[in-house]
Amino acid sequence: MNLLEIEHLSLEFRTRGGTVRALEDVSLAVGKGETLGVVGESGSGKSVLSFAVMGISDAAAKVTNGAVRFEGLDLLGDGRSALDELRGAEMSMIFQNPRVALNPIRMVGKQIADVLSRHAGVTRDQAKTRAVEMLAKVRIPDPERRARAYPFEMSGGMCQRVMIALALACSPKLLIADEPTTGLDVTTQAAIMDLIGDLARESRMSTILITHDLALAAERCDRIAVMHAGHVVEVATTAELFAHPRHPYTAKLIATTPRPGVGLAELEPVPGALPDLRGDLPDCRYSTRCERHRAECAAGPLARMIDLTNAHLVACRRPL
Amino acid sequence: MIAHLILRRLLGAIPSLVAVVVVTFMLTRALPGDPAAYFAGPAATPQAIEEIRHKLGLDKSLPLQFVDYLGDLARGEFGQSLTTGQPVAQDILARLPASVELTLAGLILALIVALPLGVAAATRPGSWIDHLARVVSTAGVSLPVFFTGLLLVYVFYYLLGWAPAPMGRLDLFTSAPRTITGFFLIDSLLTGEFATFRAAAAQLTLPALTLALFSVAPLARMTRASMLGVLSSDFVRTARANGLSRGTVLVTYALRNALLPVVTTLGMVFSFLLGANVLVEKVFSWPGIGSYAIEALVASDYAPVQGFILTMAVLYVTLNLLIDVLYGLIDPRVRIEA
Repeated sequence: MNLLEIEHLSLEFRTRGGTVRALEDVSLAVGKGETLGVVGESGSGKSVLSFAVMGISDAAAKVTNGAVRFEGLDLLGDGRSALDELRGAEMSMIFQNPRVALNPIRMVGKQIADVLSRHAGVTRDQAKTRAVEMLAKVRIPDPERRARAYPFEMSGGMCQRVMIALALACSPKLLIADEPTTGLDVTTQAAIMDLIGDLARESRMSTILITHDLALAAERCDRIAVMHAGHVVEVATTAELFAHPRHPYTAKLIATTPRPGVGLAELEPVPGALPDLRGDLPDCRYSTRCERHRAECAAGPLARMIDLTNAHLVACRRPL
Repeated sequence: MIAHLILRRLLGAIPSLVAVVVVTFMLTRALPGDPAAYFAGPAATPQAIEEIRHKLGLDKSLPLQFVDYLGDLARGEFGQSLTTGQPVAQDILARLPASVELTLAGLILALIVALPLGVAAATRPGSWIDHLARVVSTAGVSLPVFFTGLLLVYVFYYLLGWAPAPMGRLDLFTSAPRTITGFFLIDSLLTGEFATFRAAAAQLTLPALTLALFSVAPLARMTRASMLGVLSSDFVRTARANGLSRGTVLVTYALRNALLPVVTTLGMVFSFLLGANVLVEKVFSWPGIGSYAIEALVASDYAPVQGFILTMAVLYVTLNLLIDVLYGLIDPRVRIEA
């Protein structure tokens, strides 16, 4: 059974400028212990999706359709009240910009202890000890002393380790990592990703890695879902996706990724820009940018996911 | 770290205090009105006026008068008030606690209302409570204090009879508690005179309420604005994503971060109220230093005015110091900068 199932999820933002249909008919599943990558350009709905799963969407966001099931529990329906207990305990999230994602005026050890005393049913003193243990677990040197430091006294990489300690303090079953290494240097990036990978393997934790960095996703994920303008356009195992991309957008994305033997000048950008998500949109939101677009693409509603082989799903009328 | 910060702020305050001494001296001399003529009375001969002028030292040149003034200050003498006939230092010392007690009571009342109101308004922008907060703040700040004061007296003393007569810090039948801090509420508790405490509290309620009504506006608005900013910040999202309870997110994470600008506003409101509540003191016959300074000013009585301004300056410096310390307690980054 899958740990997390997202089914036909649609979400809109009601703004003064009109209704932004940020997610439309998104379906995804994450198995136990699996690492799923979610890739796409900025604005494709990756973060909105993860906030919706965690139930921490902006007040202007409205889920119009679909379901999110965590271990069979419907988080948007009956399980809504249970979500408060799940967040931080069974499912956690780490964010980009760790320096501003931590409370600037609270010692990091205390912030971890806050989470522990909320979920783990331990006393304040036990929580403090456990917080130091967590800091040691995320390989922060001298954890006793670091527990009494404030975020501004630590480097970005250290702050991200604290964020991971915060998220994993209660050994969750699902971790959503939203661009966890954006803004960190390459060495730190590798160290942080290794750390997440190791800790996930240790406890058979499922991970959703949200990133715009295809190379990172290729390296770290079992399966990858490609998002474009609020749609999931392709899902496949990592090897399959890179070997045989079926959606034109995926192919373009892969072509933009730097790799050895290809000069910068040879990298091709994806033409056009994301469509405005307000107002009427064609069934295939990529059609305005697509070089393979033909009149037949617009004929009739687009079957969202066409099962090509068992594990490879693509939302396109004329796949590659 | 904190001690270092206090020392630096104290040293930094010296130039401003010197400036205040010079400016108050110049200002009082530049004021219209001749104190010698005023005290000689309307029927005095020019000769009598000259005599008084000589007695007051006002016939000396300005630099000499200034030197005299500095010498007095160094000895802790603020001079003699011509209207009350008492040393100014003694007058101010007797009246300052009354003003401070009233202002503090008003501010605490205001904070009790303004903080929850601002937080509630920020958590639900555009809701009825947000609009209520806006109406309350606008009304509070646009009604002049003497008007709210009179209105409260009219309703609660004259119509309903719930409040005692607005006749100062205590009614006629109660005697003041032994002076320890000068605050009647605290002194009466320390000496165990609970009847006095009740009487002092009853007298204090209406004027404190008047000041509170006025100061709720800036505090609530600043709390709301600051909370709105903090609530949309990344670390509050992290706290929510970690499933921390609503109370912890709102108070420990959001409010503490939102307090800095509120503390600044608090300091400004406090120093404003302390000197500017003359009208409230008048309405409630409150023996504070605001009314003392105004009476002295009307009588061209230099010494009390100078003493008043100097006291206010010292208070202001102390207050800013307190606020800096509070800043340091709230925000560790401030401590490091010091």
